[in-house]
Amino acid sequence: MALTLAVPVDTAPGETRVPVTPDTTRKLIELGFSVLIEPGAGAKAQFADNLYEQAGAQLVADPAQLYQRADVLLKINGPQEQRDGLSGSELDALGSNAEHSKTWVSFLAPGQNAPLLERFNKQHATAVSLDAIPRISRAQKMDVLSSMANIAGYRAVIEAANQFGRFFTGQITAAGKVPPAKVLVIGAGVAGLAAIGAAKSLGAIVRAFDTRKEVKEQVESMGGEFLTIELEEDGAGTGGYAKEMSKAFIDAEMALFMEQAKEVDIIITTALIPGKPAPKLITEAMVQAMQPGSVVVDLAAPNGGNCECTVKDEIVQAHDVTIIGFTNLAARAATQASQLLANNLWRLLEHLCPNKDGELVIDLNDEITRGCTVVHGGDITWPPPPPKLSAAPKPTETSAPKTAEKQAPAPRKARPIALYWLIAGALILGLGAVAPAEFVSHFTVFVLAIFIGWQVIWNVSHSLHTPLMSVTNAISGIIILGALLQISGSGSWLVSVLATISVLVASINIAGGFYVTRRMLNMFRKGDPS
Amino acid sequence: MTGLLSMAYLLAGVFFILSLGGLSSQETARRGNNYGIAGMVIAIVATVASAAVEAYFVLAIAVAIGAAIGLWLASRVEMTAMPQLVAMLHSFVGLAAVLIGWAAYLDPRSQLMGAEKVIHNTEIYLGIFIGAITLTGSWAAYGKLQGILSSKPLALPGRHVLNAVAILVSLVFLFMFAPDGHGAGDATLLLVMTLIALLLGAHLVAAIGGADMPVVISMLNSYSGWAAAATGFMLGNDLLIITGALVGSSGAILSYIMCRAMNRSFISVILGGFGTESGSSADDEEYGEARSSSADEVASWLREADSVVIAPGFGMAVAHAQQAVAELTTKLRKQGKTVRFAIHPVAGRLPGHMNVLLAEANVPYDIVLEMDEINDDLPKTDVVLVIGANDICNPDAQEKPGSPIAGMPVLEVWHAHQVVILKRSMATGYAGVSNPLFYRDNSSMLFGDAKESVQALVSKL
Repeated sequence: MALTLAVPVDTAPGETRVPVTPDTTRKLIELGFSVLIEPGAGAKAQFADNLYEQAGAQLVADPAQLYQRADVLLKINGPQEQRDGLSGSELDALGSNAEHSKTWVSFLAPGQNAPLLERFNKQHATAVSLDAIPRISRAQKMDVLSSMANIAGYRAVIEAANQFGRFFTGQITAAGKVPPAKVLVIGAGVAGLAAIGAAKSLGAIVRAFDTRKEVKEQVESMGGEFLTIELEEDGAGTGGYAKEMSKAFIDAEMALFMEQAKEVDIIITTALIPGKPAPKLITEAMVQAMQPGSVVVDLAAPNGGNCECTVKDEIVQAHDVTIIGFTNLAARAATQASQLLANNLWRLLEHLCPNKDGELVIDLNDEITRGCTVVHGGDITWPPPPPKLSAAPKPTETSAPKTAEKQAPAPRKARPIALYWLIAGALILGLGAVAPAEFVSHFTVFVLAIFIGWQVIWNVSHSLHTPLMSVTNAISGIIILGALLQISGSGSWLVSVLATISVLVASINIAGGFYVTRRMLNMFRKGDPS
Repeated sequence: MTGLLSMAYLLAGVFFILSLGGLSSQETARRGNNYGIAGMVIAIVATVASAAVEAYFVLAIAVAIGAAIGLWLASRVEMTAMPQLVAMLHSFVGLAAVLIGWAAYLDPRSQLMGAEKVIHNTEIYLGIFIGAITLTGSWAAYGKLQGILSSKPLALPGRHVLNAVAILVSLVFLFMFAPDGHGAGDATLLLVMTLIALLLGAHLVAAIGGADMPVVISMLNSYSGWAAAATGFMLGNDLLIITGALVGSSGAILSYIMCRAMNRSFISVILGGFGTESGSSADDEEYGEARSSSADEVASWLREADSVVIAPGFGMAVAHAQQAVAELTTKLRKQGKTVRFAIHPVAGRLPGHMNVLLAEANVPYDIVLEMDEINDDLPKTDVVLVIGANDICNPDAQEKPGSPIAGMPVLEVWHAHQVVILKRSMATGYAGVSNPLFYRDNSSMLFGDAKESVQALVSKL
């Protein structure tokens, strides 16, 4: 029996996104699911109801009926107690029970919502939390956090530009010189990198700071300048997040921010440590130190903010600095956010429905499934075991000495070359002193021939290396001359037999080598496209 | 008369040099081969015509039989089996060197005294030594290439010690043998040394893994040259010396080029055992899931692509897929797409192996490019088809300093928009390291026999 997916209007305040687009509706139906949509679900994200209908979804206007018919409910936000059109809470309307276990898919923040998980469990429901999908490379295509962070980072720059009273790019005009805006991005995760890219493309000077050294290259690749402090400590934790740093490090870091605050026009903070309140990185004193008219965008506002002056969900003025504490930046780009989110969600359902038969298979041995399934089969399965792999490279201690070694031999080189020539010269002279004249002349020929060979062979084209081998093979059949000279007149039958065999095998070589070379060379032809 | 002979040899030597020089480009390569044949004919005719040769009848029969065998071998060999043929031909040079060395030793005519005698004995000794190593080394290489011997490196306990002892004993025998040469027991010394060298040659090559075969083959090529040169010294024949030196340095350069292409030192290849210590160690890193795709999908990517690059490897040779690949190329080019081939220097089992296979299948050589020529273009390429290649396009070589193949120059196929890897399974390549290329977002696997997969693509285009 194929399952029914239901997508209600998400009535959470400020929510504009929809987890399924007409495009992914089609793909979900291909997976074997049937899709129910509440009229208006995609309206704020500019997806009209008729588009869903054309894609094969069924519109269900009565919320109570929609929830009741759903096997799997797809939403952005977690269940609400009150909702238009329902008598009780969303969870009650879903009506999951022991006989008919239903599945809820949305952002659930399982770390902060233990009682909610209990309620799912009581109803024998399965809960899949989009924000708990493990951030491993295999799960990248369903990583909603990355998708949303990407938009948030872009949007943070747009919001900042909106509040900032100047250009981002520097200009020299007839009306005077405009200096470029300076942007500091703290935390170079997905959001930070997106912010760096967006600010850079508006023409700003962008600097970025992150405790994880591994992101330096990424920052530079986006056109940002990576700020460092003089202290050895790498902040890479598991799962691609940063870990908390030592006191000394934080002091050095704060000093850097203070110095930067005096200089930059816009600060975008994205520093988050999972499961902990966001670290306070921008103190009130720093805000005070900023130029009037500067802007701070605090992407950590949902977790308490990186800035001491942040007010959640609001734009506030403090010491003539605008501080933006929006928590729904992704929802402010509703169409884009919905598209990315819907694709992620489709990939997740594809993963959970391996047989493409419209059935969900919750395999708790699978790392992705295990991570995002927070309630299942009468158990609260949060938190999952720690992820096996970090996106960060393994500690690079081993590589550091290697590069040092590589550089070391360079200055030593000059002496051995002279030394080799000395030794070679001495050997040659020594040989000349004892060897008979005939040998010396042969030896001269030998050495010169090596050098000729050396010069000639370097010119041989790479593609002709195989013919080169077979032709040198044939040529080395010249050894036949030795056998020819031995074959007659020695008076020893044994010598004659050996020489005859030599002539025979050398002939194989000559004939075979030249012929196969010819065959190969005849195959090489210059192309004409006809 | 000797003046005439010497001049004939000089002419032959010049022709041989021209022959190798001709291989510098495709246009002159055929002429180069003809120069080689001309040089060989001049040298043989001049020698046979000289007063020293009388046994024309025996000689004619031996040459006729040998030439017939040679032509027969060369005309029926498949291009995929070229490495084996080359190895086989090397062994003949080695065999000839051993036999000629022994014949020279046994020849009652040689009456030398003093330093000349010592040098002559040394030359005989070295000629046999190098010839014997070439002989059995080539057999071992042949066995590995033909699949008679396992391509895995043979790791006898204490193999380095065994080799060292063999070389040391040979050296000691040389000092015992050279001063007299025909005293009591000297023939036994020579015989024992021959046996040791035969064993040493086989053991040296058996300890080298299949992926290093390009180096081994070119190394044996070099040895066969040195063996000829040593014979030349022994017989006081300048032409042999010149030719031997040419071939010897040619093989040495090829070995060097192959080693550089794998970022390995010559010594480490010779010492062998690659892929046993570091490579096969359990790779605990999780790369994720490789995406597999159907021939239909790949065909649709190819249809939409403007530029396609094909990176072939040994797998193409194994599957005899070159004709199908050529057909695919023709079809894509007719549709107005740019199709090029990216050849890694060590792709295949012989230097230039892929070029020969593609040439056999009538792929024009001007669209077959070297790694350095094409790496910069890969980011602008729409689709890369990796056919039966693995280690030569492993991003770890650049990105993971701890990898056994770190630092090896590779085809940077992962910069292309879409990479399709045609492969039989997810198995590792000869280096025994897993390839994160398969798990990249822009990579997709097309599993199956390379020939069948390519044919399927041809039929769907």
